[in-house]
Amino acid sequence: MHNYIVPILLGGTAIFSLARKQSPYDALIEGGTRGLKLLVSILPSLVLLLTAVRMLQSSGAMEALICLCRPVLSRLGIPGELAPLILVRPISGSAALAVGADLMAQHGPDSSIGRCAAIMLGSTETTFYTISVYFGAAGIKKTRYAVPAALFADLTGFVMAALTERLFF
Amino acid sequence: MLAFLYAEVSMICAIEEPAYPVSLSHILLQGVWDMVMSYIWSGMVLLSLLFALGSGQGARLTAAILEGAQGGVTLTISMAGAICLWSGVGQVMKQAGLTRYLAKLLSPVTGLIFPSTRKDGEAKEWISANICANLLGLGNAATPMGIAATKRLSRFSSPGVASHEMCRLIVMNTASIQLLPTNVAAVRGSLGCCNPFDILPAVWVTSLCSVAAGLLAAFWFERIVRDA
Repeated sequence: MHNYIVPILLGGTAIFSLARKQSPYDALIEGGTRGLKLLVSILPSLVLLLTAVRMLQSSGAMEALICLCRPVLSRLGIPGELAPLILVRPISGSAALAVGADLMAQHGPDSSIGRCAAIMLGSTETTFYTISVYFGAAGIKKTRYAVPAALFADLTGFVMAALTERLFF
Repeated sequence: MLAFLYAEVSMICAIEEPAYPVSLSHILLQGVWDMVMSYIWSGMVLLSLLFALGSGQGARLTAAILEGAQGGVTLTISMAGAICLWSGVGQVMKQAGLTRYLAKLLSPVTGLIFPSTRKDGEAKEWISANICANLLGLGNAATPMGIAATKRLSRFSSPGVASHEMCRLIVMNTASIQLLPTNVAAVRGSLGCCNPFDILPAVWVTSLCSVAAGLLAAFWFERIVRDA
């Protein structure tokens, strides 16, 4: 069953669209064009951030950061290598993508660290960005307990990502 | 089998694109955020330079710069196929109009977490649309809807102060409830992972736990914070 989720999704979407008298092919083209445009628009930030990440690695700064965070993270059951991802995740989506992709490339997408990075990326969001944009646009000055509650959710996500990685694989 | 397929399809709902009531303040905030990123990026570069100077790794650092820049392009290109496909699939679902079905499916839950949606149709519409977009991983579509929902909710609270429902909406958005993390799967696929979607169960469990933890924390804070 597990292996059929994606093909079933594609087939099901096509059937549903046809049943609604829509043309799935046109929509696929339109959506694909939009997706590629979005990808091009994030390309410069990915290039810049990946450059910075590689600089941190080659200079040894990344290792120092990992050593600094390892004692705290290991208590939570999270490998120390994920420290940079955890640090940038709440702040920037493209930085997190760059750091996460780099972790997966270095350790392999099917390694425990690579999978853990993927689960973290897939199940958390850019918390501070979201809060500032939502409340800023709605003119909210007093955020009350939104930040601690959201950060608690993030922390749970990071811990659970490491835990599910160990349990499910 | 059929039920599974139906559930799977109905989950991946569609988001109709309404005229987003997003004001200029959204765009202005983007400018502030760019400054934050400027400091972070400059900090990363300067820190690397300091460390390299300390350890005499100048040659390695210089090589890493161009390697990293090319790496960004390689990563983007190797993700392009998957991103193109999934954006297309998202558009098909959007066009077939599955939003309302999913919103209806979720309305008992939304009513429980956001009581004002039972009385206010517009708040309900925006909040449902926001949750649907998040479920699909359409972060860019979810943001304007979330802002619209927050603005609508601000009618029921004192001006400038976050209401309990707003805090819950924020938690649901920052904790991310994503059914198909297609971007992450695209990265994994580009790196030669044989089954990029094998992380799905782990992602679902993790997302559910973090949303639940965030909401529980919000409900708990609601009891102890009495300043509004």
